[in-house]
Amino acid sequence: MTTAVLFDKVSRHFGAVRAVDGVDLAITEGEFFAMLGPSGSGKTTCLRLMAGFEQPTDGHIEIFGETAEGVPPYRRNVNTVFQDYALFPHLSILENVAYGLMVKGVAREERLKAAEAALAMVKLPGYGTRRPGQLSGGQRQRVALARALVNRPRVLLLDEPLGALDLKLREQMQEELKTLQKSLGITFVFVTHDQGEALSMADRIAVFNDGKIQQLGTPEEVYKRPQTRFVADFVGSSNVLSPIFVKRLGYPARYASLRPEALSLGEGTGGRKNVTGRLVATNFLGASNRLTIEADEGTRIAAMVPASIAVPEQGSGVTLSFAAEDLHLMDDAA
Amino acid sequence: MSAITDNSILESRPGTLSRLSDFFWRNPKILLFLMLAPPLLWLGIVYLGSLFALLLQSFFSIDEYSGLINYEFTLDTYRQLLIPSNFDIILRTVVMAALVTLASALIAFPIAYYAARYARGKWKALFYLGVMLPLWSSYLVKIYAWKLILAKEGILTWIFAKLHLTWLLDGWLSLPIVGGNSLSISYTGTFIVFVYVWMPFMILPIQAALERVPGNLIEASADLGGHPAQTFRYVLFPLALPGIIAGSIFTFSLTLGDYIIPQIIGSSRLFIGQAVYAQQGTAGNIPLAAAFTVVPIVIMGLYLWMAKKQGAFDAL
Repeated sequence: MTTAVLFDKVSRHFGAVRAVDGVDLAITEGEFFAMLGPSGSGKTTCLRLMAGFEQPTDGHIEIFGETAEGVPPYRRNVNTVFQDYALFPHLSILENVAYGLMVKGVAREERLKAAEAALAMVKLPGYGTRRPGQLSGGQRQRVALARALVNRPRVLLLDEPLGALDLKLREQMQEELKTLQKSLGITFVFVTHDQGEALSMADRIAVFNDGKIQQLGTPEEVYKRPQTRFVADFVGSSNVLSPIFVKRLGYPARYASLRPEALSLGEGTGGRKNVTGRLVATNFLGASNRLTIEADEGTRIAAMVPASIAVPEQGSGVTLSFAAEDLHLMDDAA
Repeated sequence: MSAITDNSILESRPGTLSRLSDFFWRNPKILLFLMLAPPLLWLGIVYLGSLFALLLQSFFSIDEYSGLINYEFTLDTYRQLLIPSNFDIILRTVVMAALVTLASALIAFPIAYYAARYARGKWKALFYLGVMLPLWSSYLVKIYAWKLILAKEGILTWIFAKLHLTWLLDGWLSLPIVGGNSLSISYTGTFIVFVYVWMPFMILPIQAALERVPGNLIEASADLGGHPAQTFRYVLFPLALPGIIAGSIFTFSLTLGDYIIPQIIGSSRLFIGQAVYAQQGTAGNIPLAAAFTVVPIVIMGLYLWMAKKQGAFDAL
């Protein structure tokens, strides 16, 4: 398998700020790769390093085996879908989409035909004569996508492209993006702070914090077996248990994560572990209720319980149980 | 009574001002009218009125023997504009204004670009200071300062001599039209001073236009394969064009109308402004002065119309 993008101990410092700090990663050709993290975690800077808008302070970047340091953005066969789309306001939609081909010297007729085809691909046929200002956010998003894809880039970089869309549209675009990526076979690198988006779309996820990769793996790995407290907390709000608490449950004294949906209400039988506490909060989430109990020493544990099960009274003593293998010990030092 | 009450609707505070606030809040159009009426009256009567009177004057003629104005509608005065000695004045002024505008735009763009894209904090403050500072001092003082700089015994001649470039200066001054005895009495001198004096009026609108261009459009162009020159040609320049046009309206019309700079610096040949000054003053030919004044107005109108046709304001 070919490596599309390779980062070898890449750092990007802005003065004293280490935006990206010694990042190693290898993105495989044709994969949908997500970079997930809170704002300021370095994920967008990594994307900008790939696009060529930033140069690394230290380390080495390769794109399809070729050194990328010192190569300006306009010489990289990599295209970006910008967070706020960055459509040219003075050009029509068709001219926007054809821009990349125009600056590369493709004949007018040919490039307009290609742009029209790209617009059809993103389901906006016939919108070519309008201006960006006349389109809705979702439509602009599609134009930005068409404008990047019409160049047939080897890597497509997407910088929180769905951030400005409302929930319904976002879910629809997630699906379309995934389908598009599969059919085109282009490597997608996707930056997001939305863990649900990363989990549902990506083949692999790199979780960023403080300029470093906390964990890199498939969505399932990252979700079920978080390696650090940060990942456990950021990806799907796991219960993070302290070493003392974990030891009392009969495990080695390490930090551990426990997914809320692994817990069920009532005493467990047959090798299931029990935790008891006082019910302190109930949140109705539609299909389920999230119950939060406070065990001894103030450890709070959340459990996702089907809405069909009756919720115990607030403040009453509650026992939750989980299968022994669902508790996941993390690498964090105690 | 304490300031905080349990009432859901607060009582009107006592006093006329408070009642007036309530009234204007309910009738915002009256407030708008009261605010706009004085400046509109000023603009309408004093400014447009006098402009109209001027336009009217230009359709009268002067009796050559008595020197009195003949209040009969005629196009004679406009015909006089076309006689060679008058037409030369118009041509000279328009060419000068065009060259000054072009040079101002070329010099202003990089400065404005730096200020809009790179200057931050105190450098931005320094930029504004640097651009505005010349506007704080008297226009006449600046022009006389330039006269000294450009004079035959001036600092510029001295610098050229020190750099052993006197041959270059002399060579330039020996050229027809742009040359002359010294820079201070040549068209070149007039041109330099025009460019200097109107420069802030070109820099500021371009800077404002460039400031509004989001940085990610430049990145998007590069990302799509646009070389820096292409990014300038297809993205930056079209988006800065309204600013350049705005700036050029200033430099072009100010040069068309100015009568002090060419009088102090330059050859003795007249510009439109000087012609107006001479006709309405010593010559007492108000109709011809009015006709001369109409020329820049017509030229500016044509210029704006053409700019609009070329799509210069599409990016607004």
